[in-house]
Amino acid sequence: MDSTIVALLAQDGLTNGSIYCLLALALVLVFAVTRVIFVPQGEFVVYAALTMASFDGARTPGTVWLLLALGGAAWLADTVKLRREPRRMALAWLATAAPCVAAAGLVAWVAASKAPFVVQALTTVLAVTAMGPAVYRLAFQPVASASVLVLLIVAVALHFVLTGLALLFFGAEGVRTPAFTSASFSFGNITVSGQSLLVYAFTAVLIVVMAVFFRYALFGKALRATAANRTGARLVGISPDFAGRLCFTLAAAIGAVSGLLIGPITTVYYDSGFLIGLKGFVGAIVGGLVSYPIAAGGALFVGLVESFSSFWASAYKEVLVFTLIIPVLLWRSLSTTHSDEEE
Amino acid sequence: MAAPLPNPAAVTGPARGLSPVHAVAAVALVAVALAPLLAPAFYVTLLNYIGLYSLATLGLVLLTGVAGQTSFGQAAFVGIGAYTTGVLTTQFALSPWLTLLLALALTLALGYLIGRITLSMGGHYLPVATIAWGLSIYFLMGTIERFGGFTGITGIPAVSLFGFTLDRERHFYYFIWVVVLGALWLCANLLDSRPGRAIRGLKQGSGMVEAFGVHTTNTKTAVFVLAALLACLSGWLYAHLQRFVNPTPFGINQGIEYLFMAVVGGATSVWGAVLGATLITLLKTWLQDLLPKLLGQAGQFEMIVFGILMIVLLQHAREGLLPFLQRWLPRRPRALPPAEVPLARRTMPSPGSAVLRVEGARKTFGGLIAVNEVSFEVAAHEVVGLIGPNGAGKSTCFNLISGALPLTSGGIRFLEQDVSAMSASAIARLGLGRTFQHVKLVAAMSVVENVALGAYLRGRTGFIRSALRLNGQEERAAFAEAMRQLERVGLAAHAHDAAGSLPLGKQRIVEIARALAADPILLLLDEPAAGLRYAEKQQLAALIKALKTDGLTVLLVEHDMEFVMGLVDRLVVLNFGQKLAQGLPEEVQANPAVREAYLGA
Repeated sequence: MDSTIVALLAQDGLTNGSIYCLLALALVLVFAVTRVIFVPQGEFVVYAALTMASFDGARTPGTVWLLLALGGAAWLADTVKLRREPRRMALAWLATAAPCVAAAGLVAWVAASKAPFVVQALTTVLAVTAMGPAVYRLAFQPVASASVLVLLIVAVALHFVLTGLALLFFGAEGVRTPAFTSASFSFGNITVSGQSLLVYAFTAVLIVVMAVFFRYALFGKALRATAANRTGARLVGISPDFAGRLCFTLAAAIGAVSGLLIGPITTVYYDSGFLIGLKGFVGAIVGGLVSYPIAAGGALFVGLVESFSSFWASAYKEVLVFTLIIPVLLWRSLSTTHSDEEE
Repeated sequence: MAAPLPNPAAVTGPARGLSPVHAVAAVALVAVALAPLLAPAFYVTLLNYIGLYSLATLGLVLLTGVAGQTSFGQAAFVGIGAYTTGVLTTQFALSPWLTLLLALALTLALGYLIGRITLSMGGHYLPVATIAWGLSIYFLMGTIERFGGFTGITGIPAVSLFGFTLDRERHFYYFIWVVVLGALWLCANLLDSRPGRAIRGLKQGSGMVEAFGVHTTNTKTAVFVLAALLACLSGWLYAHLQRFVNPTPFGINQGIEYLFMAVVGGATSVWGAVLGATLITLLKTWLQDLLPKLLGQAGQFEMIVFGILMIVLLQHAREGLLPFLQRWLPRRPRALPPAEVPLARRTMPSPGSAVLRVEGARKTFGGLIAVNEVSFEVAAHEVVGLIGPNGAGKSTCFNLISGALPLTSGGIRFLEQDVSAMSASAIARLGLGRTFQHVKLVAAMSVVENVALGAYLRGRTGFIRSALRLNGQEERAAFAEAMRQLERVGLAAHAHDAAGSLPLGKQRIVEIARALAADPILLLLDEPAAGLRYAEKQQLAALIKALKTDGLTVLLVEHDMEFVMGLVDRLVVLNFGQKLAQGLPEEVQANPAVREAYLGA
């Protein structure tokens, strides 16, 4: 193996690692605020890539129906739940159902109007982001105070639903989306693609923003307080429902951008989200689901392991990545104190 | 239909003195026996799959539903069973019966290893780890060349039994269901036994069962291995039914589906496994038929419905569907035949000899000093009260004495033996019984079963003898002892109620009975009077005095000063983790430092 191959594998690993890193950040965010281990995070990635591919192929994306389905279900849930409180009901509609319906309209319009690439990309991000609060409302809000384990099982069930919906609305075919830029740069005998640089830059910015937001901004602290103690947070005026919706919105947005970034690099299928998300998850676990910088480092490591093992033992690539997580989990579990009191 | 699930009509009309439960069992058996003769081939196939899924789900019911250890990796063990026999019968021409033993042995070894590693992880790390090794094993099955990659292995031979080849689905059906019913019988026996009560107690946190001498890591590992063995058996049957294996049915999605079956059915009873496997399998078949027609395209759309069903269930009926059906079945109080040989009892130490010596005990949590250089003694037949304002370190002190928390420094001697470094279960074995500040009863078990759990250390039967019902004499003795303790505390009338249905004050008393069932020398009572009404408090005080007369030594934490003053021989007062005063109740009451701590200067 010469230095060119090493450089090539490293670049590949870092690019994928950066995507996993973005997902790891979203997972840490969701867990830190809601205690949900958000297994379906990868589904947002898939939705974004598939939406973009539909735009590219001049088809109306299944996203329209997906948004209408989620929005409709959220509308129904809020209407039934809050039927005696018209004011809160209207607010709930505005928070979850309305963005979905508006985004569905936007997607349909963009698809019909042959909008330029940038508009398509922005629309994709908006559309997938709008799913975040609806998903939280439907799946997690009713069980928000349940144990981490119950929330995890709900997340896994939700993964089934979202994957099934992806198959229903987008079909089984794999897609690749056009790159943002075809530029490439040479450093000595190493060539780095513009798309990869874009991935690195976006990841770096997001890590810094998230770390700063949660450490220094009052609002970030409020979100963390919700995670620690929902009742306490409510007593001091932080709405746990709002906090949950907000972090799912952010997670969906991060997933959407990851989808746009990964779409040109790898072929995305309706069910690719699980493995992509899990690899981000391995990174997040390295950070104990709490630290953004360590999670980011862990995710980059996963990308590198994957890329180098695909060279040495390509058949065992997935085995290696997922076996790797077990010692890390063990170390994490033994180094943190946790109570087994919760059911 | 194989479902042993009762049709309510069958239950209400028990014929010729049969109990409803027996009637249900009889109807179920007849249904199972007749099904392949009456049902079309398609349904026989379906019933075979329900049987296989029931076995794997049964393991999950024990592991996840009863013992509280969530696993998404059950399908991987099914795969290990199927692949072991697949490879060995086709490539080495071994007999399927030999490969069954080999598969079980391999699963035992692997399950033990994986279980030891993953079960030492707590909280959410455990289920995540099961996803990780579940995926790894799945990818391995698809990668190893000898296993035929993702195309799999064909030409697996049929099983022969006494020279009769079970190569037709209708014949194999009987084989599968005999195995399933046998496994259900064994597991139901196990749950209703000494180790079974320990397993059911695990969900209340390891602290509770350890206080009665249960080794939690060993118990959890044993349940994990048992679940793996049931899965392996299901896989072995699958391979010889299908005569072909590939990795797909052993992936993480199937692992998730097994968990769905357990949750949908009801993960606290062995019958939940059959109910869940039946419902999910039927629903899947029906949806696979209906949805593509409805949606106009082919695909696994039943996933959507399963996922939604699961989410709705977790939101509204976390116990699954079985409890809804069980409402139709009358709850029969457990028969309590007299014991031939009562449980052996300890001799109590003579009055005045030292039972407990706390010497300079210190406990810090990070920078917080919860207990600081506390020393005191308790002599045999004494009732000593440990009092102090909130946060004084009383409960921490209790946890140090009982071994639930390790000391930072200092020493504790129990019956002149250094117990500072001993585990909670080892200290319990020496003769220490305790109750908990936050009641830790197994809500779904009856009161008498909860109390019988207290006698864990006074029995010896393990998993195998319990599963085979060879534990009759010991069980009768344990339940006779439990009833004796319930009579002692005055709750015999509630023996057959579910523990969770009692008011909180009575649950505290049940905890005392449970601690007494361990035949302790020293009894630690953590706020026993909280939540009791005036008359109940007086009964409790009388009970504690009677215990003293019977030779027990009692150390209690309490807030209610009136209750304590009339009851205890001596008081120890803690404040901010330090001992403030000790002595006779009147002395302590008159102590200015104590008055200041309680009332403020």
